[in-house]
Amino acid sequence: MIDFSLNGRRQRCGDVSADTSVLELLRDRLGQTGTKEGCASGDCGACTVAIGEPGDDAGPDYHNVNACLTPAHQLDGCHLITVEGLADGKTLHPAQAAMVDCHASQCGFCTPGIVMSLFTLYEQQRRDQAPPLTQQRLESALGGNLCRCTGYRPIRDAALSMADYPAVAAIPSEHVVLDDASDDATAAHYAVPRHLAALRALKAERPQARLVAGATDLWLETTQQLKALDDLIDVRRVAELNVIEETDAGWWIGGAVTLARLTPLLAEPYPAFEHLMHRFASSQIRHRATLGGNIANASPIGDTPPVLLALDARLRLDGPRGARELALSDFFLDYRKTALAEDEFIAAIFLPRPASGANLKVWKLSKRREDDISAVLGAFAWTLDKGVLRDVRLAFGGMAAIPRRAPGAEAALEGHAPDGEAFAAARTALAEELSPMGDVRGSAEYRRIAAGNLLERLRLMIAADATTTDAVHSTTQVTLDAHAH
Amino acid sequence: MRTLTRLSHSPDTARGGESAADQRPNQRNQGDAPLARETVAPQGGANNARAHESATKHVTGRAAYIDDIAPPTGVVHVAVGLSPVAYGRLTRLDLDEVRRAPGVVDVICLADVPGHTDIGPVFPGDPIFVDETISYLGQCLFAVAAESHRAARLAVKQATVEIDERPASLDPVAAAEREEFVRPTHVHERGDWQGALEAAPHVLEGTQFVGGQEHFYLEGQACLAVPSEDEGVMVYTSNQHPSETQKLVAEVLGIPFHAVTMEMRRMGGGFGGKETQASPWACIAALIARRTGRAAKVRLPRAEDSRATGKRHPFHNRYRLGFDDQGVLAGGDIRLIGDCGYSPDLSEAIVDRAMFHADNAYSLGDARVTGQRARTHTASNTAFRGFGGPQGMMIIERAMDDIARHLGEDPLTIRRRNLYRAQRPDAAPRDITHYGQRVEQLTLLHELIARLEQSSDYWTRRREITAFNAQSPIIKKGLALTPVKFGISFTAQHLNQAGALLHVYTDGSVLINHGGTEMGQGLHTKVCQVVARELGLDLERVRISATRTDKVPNTSPTAASSGADLNGQAARDAASKLRERLFDFAAEHFERDAGGLDRETMRLEGGELIAGLGEAETRLPWGELVQAAYIGRISLSEKGFYATPLIHYDRATGRGRPFYYYAFGAAVSEVEVDTLSGEYRVSRADILHDVGDSLNPAIDIGQIEGGFIQGMGWLTSEELVWNEAGRLVSDGPATYKIPAFGDLPETFNVELLQGHPNSQASIYRSKAVGEPPFMLAISVWSALRDALASLTDYRVSPALDTPATPERVLMAAEALRRERTTADAEHDESPDHAPA
Repeated sequence: MIDFSLNGRRQRCGDVSADTSVLELLRDRLGQTGTKEGCASGDCGACTVAIGEPGDDAGPDYHNVNACLTPAHQLDGCHLITVEGLADGKTLHPAQAAMVDCHASQCGFCTPGIVMSLFTLYEQQRRDQAPPLTQQRLESALGGNLCRCTGYRPIRDAALSMADYPAVAAIPSEHVVLDDASDDATAAHYAVPRHLAALRALKAERPQARLVAGATDLWLETTQQLKALDDLIDVRRVAELNVIEETDAGWWIGGAVTLARLTPLLAEPYPAFEHLMHRFASSQIRHRATLGGNIANASPIGDTPPVLLALDARLRLDGPRGARELALSDFFLDYRKTALAEDEFIAAIFLPRPASGANLKVWKLSKRREDDISAVLGAFAWTLDKGVLRDVRLAFGGMAAIPRRAPGAEAALEGHAPDGEAFAAARTALAEELSPMGDVRGSAEYRRIAAGNLLERLRLMIAADATTTDAVHSTTQVTLDAHAH
Repeated sequence: MRTLTRLSHSPDTARGGESAADQRPNQRNQGDAPLARETVAPQGGANNARAHESATKHVTGRAAYIDDIAPPTGVVHVAVGLSPVAYGRLTRLDLDEVRRAPGVVDVICLADVPGHTDIGPVFPGDPIFVDETISYLGQCLFAVAAESHRAARLAVKQATVEIDERPASLDPVAAAEREEFVRPTHVHERGDWQGALEAAPHVLEGTQFVGGQEHFYLEGQACLAVPSEDEGVMVYTSNQHPSETQKLVAEVLGIPFHAVTMEMRRMGGGFGGKETQASPWACIAALIARRTGRAAKVRLPRAEDSRATGKRHPFHNRYRLGFDDQGVLAGGDIRLIGDCGYSPDLSEAIVDRAMFHADNAYSLGDARVTGQRARTHTASNTAFRGFGGPQGMMIIERAMDDIARHLGEDPLTIRRRNLYRAQRPDAAPRDITHYGQRVEQLTLLHELIARLEQSSDYWTRRREITAFNAQSPIIKKGLALTPVKFGISFTAQHLNQAGALLHVYTDGSVLINHGGTEMGQGLHTKVCQVVARELGLDLERVRISATRTDKVPNTSPTAASSGADLNGQAARDAASKLRERLFDFAAEHFERDAGGLDRETMRLEGGELIAGLGEAETRLPWGELVQAAYIGRISLSEKGFYATPLIHYDRATGRGRPFYYYAFGAAVSEVEVDTLSGEYRVSRADILHDVGDSLNPAIDIGQIEGGFIQGMGWLTSEELVWNEAGRLVSDGPATYKIPAFGDLPETFNVELLQGHPNSQASIYRSKAVGEPPFMLAISVWSALRDALASLTDYRVSPALDTPATPERVLMAAEALRRERTTADAEHDESPDHAPA
């Protein structure tokens, strides 16, 4: 039984198969067809809905998510808002009224999803001491909603003018309390453990069961390949996997912590990492996808692994046979092959605190700036000690079958001044140790040249930093990204 | 009207008045400054800037698309089995396991089709299911109907398919060399082009590849067929051409056309992708509905939609042009090869339109333009906004840049010198196209460009950019102004007709139907506005319902930007006929004692009939007039019709006047390119566009902005990739990247040209707006080339095929750097080199 609130009214749905998505539940079972399917792969945003997880006293904290990739079972205890639930009678919600007044819908098919992303933005804007609507914030909020008709200008205007409309009250909701009676509620083939011990026990009992957290990649197996997902263990509610623990040495980040939750934490120690997160897929995905999932998925083009490699991150793997720690660099073995045993899971990721004087640059190259997968991602960490490079770690995505470091290039730089000679040697070493493949995102040659050029960009940036004083900024621009750190 | 989205640093400048400052182009927004919105209110025809008729339904989720219609009880869901190889012979198709799969209700293949099996829209060549020869990967082999969408899709996987696979032909240039064409080659020839080339002081040549484009309508192909009580079907379809689908469904079923009705309320995007490509699914759904007696729904999953349906034609273009020292074209030779895919579909007309636009806005002089239609083993390429026009324009825009670099001039200077212009008595005519049509409104584009040059600060920015590039080794800026001249009319003359059906009910409410279809472009809104204007009513009293083939028959596709031109005129015809009938009635019926109402001065305004002037003026509410007419047994229903005058084209000679008129526009784009990574962004775009007297400025601005961004996607990030086996690997939004929110230029100034009504008697002197703005995006591509050219001090005109992805831009930059290094080395070694 899934017990949730739909547009303020309590809804109970029994007999829902494990692989049912929120979109299927809405359209096929509940007859709520305002939410559209555009791609069933989380890339277009037409199915965007808002999910409120029980939050503080101010009411639920709404996130925009892709209904096509969200397991229906994860609605349990949540407040789901769809495009049908925003207007109060004939009075449109500001997100809707602004869209009409700005002429921001043409064919209208993407519009419900865009309205829902605007709605979550509206809610965010009135909850906090709202940060101003900058271009980066708007891109972050709306980058996951494709519109093929308008060219987005009127949608931008709608986003900027929502606040000009009379404020509306939060959508009232019948209170739904998660059923905590049985500690670890288990629907047939869809287990929802609440604690680490329960998760370990489930993994012992059903080692072949697939783990699901954000489902942002797993769910493609059912929507795109029609594979059965009939034995799932949902780790999202495992308390221990949702903890972020700060120590003197750094942070242990629970495996089920979402990227959206992780991002603000990164701002101070690792602004370059934080900046990358705004280009990691879309807001809809970032609110669902987890750091553990991005690592366990072991894609050669995942965005966080190269950064974590450059930061010398460690993993805590757990399972019925106990926990163990492992350097991330020992985790990726071969294409989509990892050191994770069948009954193990990633319990936490350790992110070290930056050493004094340590630097990090992260550059992602893709066809489109937003909501795209990397062709090449370079993450570079180093310290400059008396004019000499130390602790150089260069990690790449998209350049091999796994995300990996480039030890030859690192060695060419380690202990050298950051000059043209050292970087030329690093570039030569890089070309020898990494042999990328060509695919739909870029040819092998492009990847090779671009990766080498990222080292050149690094050299220029270090050189520019060296000539920059507090008073005089270097005039040489080496990246288009105004926000690059 | 002008919309001006201002991204300003200070929120308190939001919502200012229309001061001179507000009209100035904006400074770029940098960093994390808060944004403010400023959309300047419509000027001039403000009352016409009405919201889309479905806007409120869009934002509340009440606007229903095909998959949202509550289907009749017992509906079956259809999935299609697509060929896994690109070319070969189907040797075995065993569907027994498919029939046995859970939930399966029916399975059909070619042998089960009672009527026609070829559903080619204009020319034959498109089998509804493969017979023996497989012609592309994604071609339809069979269809399955099941109790659920998923059951049908799962059942498809149970088929046993054996194919004698052959090497697929995927290279259109090689196909053209082998003369493998879907239609014969066509040529436009004007004057002694060979002589012009020989006599010209300068001759340049170049080739380019212009990539195709996936429509990526957000709503995929979908239809619902419901069997009727006789032998026919009712088909709800997402479709730009219901009449053609009606014909094909009837022919496939072997029943008369009147047994088949199409209903089309709205599409979730079309862009040309639902002109011919919607028909196969309707035919399949209708077949299954008739066989099972149950309603049948087809909706293609995104990846199947991408593989099964045609796209914008990729083109391989070549030019060889001669010009004088001023860069003015004397003449030359242009060859366009369209990659048509496996069958003709609409490729005859599409490559023709590419040829008609190989001049864009420039007089070619004495020229030959050749269009070839290569056959390859891919989906049959089809209509897409611009219909070949954009691909044709690309070659002459390439040439303009190349000539400028060759002569060391600014590309804008060369473009201006080559614009069509008034004929001087002593010189060769420069106002007649290579296909013999005289260009009217000759000064319009000159004036438009001059205004845009000024409003966009082109020359100031040019100087700034040149200075910036001189001191910035990695980041390079580029700027380009490109014009558009786009011919309006279907080049197939018979399609230039439209019908409408107008009903007035006794409460005074008005219902209009016409043959056009609504795909988001605001056609229904505009047609309602036309009717409201003709009848002097508030727009709220006029409503439009779905497009239906049993209301207005034998319609043309909603395509070629013609929707409002044709259907607006037909609706106007119906409304004006009804109005005249009501006037006749009113003149007779009212105030008989006083000798009747004055017929001559009668008018409909503000919801009233007004007769007489001054003191003699009589007013009668519309509702009363209608009620009286009804009681007086006057018909309150009327049909309208329109056929475009003047146009003709003789394909045998390649000459005529294929276009009723031209629509014009120009855009200035500025880009910043990272020459180390190939990344770039469009920082600013300024557009001035000609829509004659706008029917609805808000909708027109929307078409211009949306067309520009869609065109920018075509030329930049949207890359179709096939593997060696002919499989489309960019088959969904994860791998095929249409522009996203952040690709919108931070400064985007869009303005409608004022004061230039259409010189032809189009609907209220407006101009078509659907397609022309798409080609304004060529300015982005040209600006990218401009930025790259700076790597060689603007000496070299860089090759840049499209889409100009970061990869292509980086490769171009690398090639230029190599060239520069080589050139410098040669320069240094040159014996006569003297230090400056």
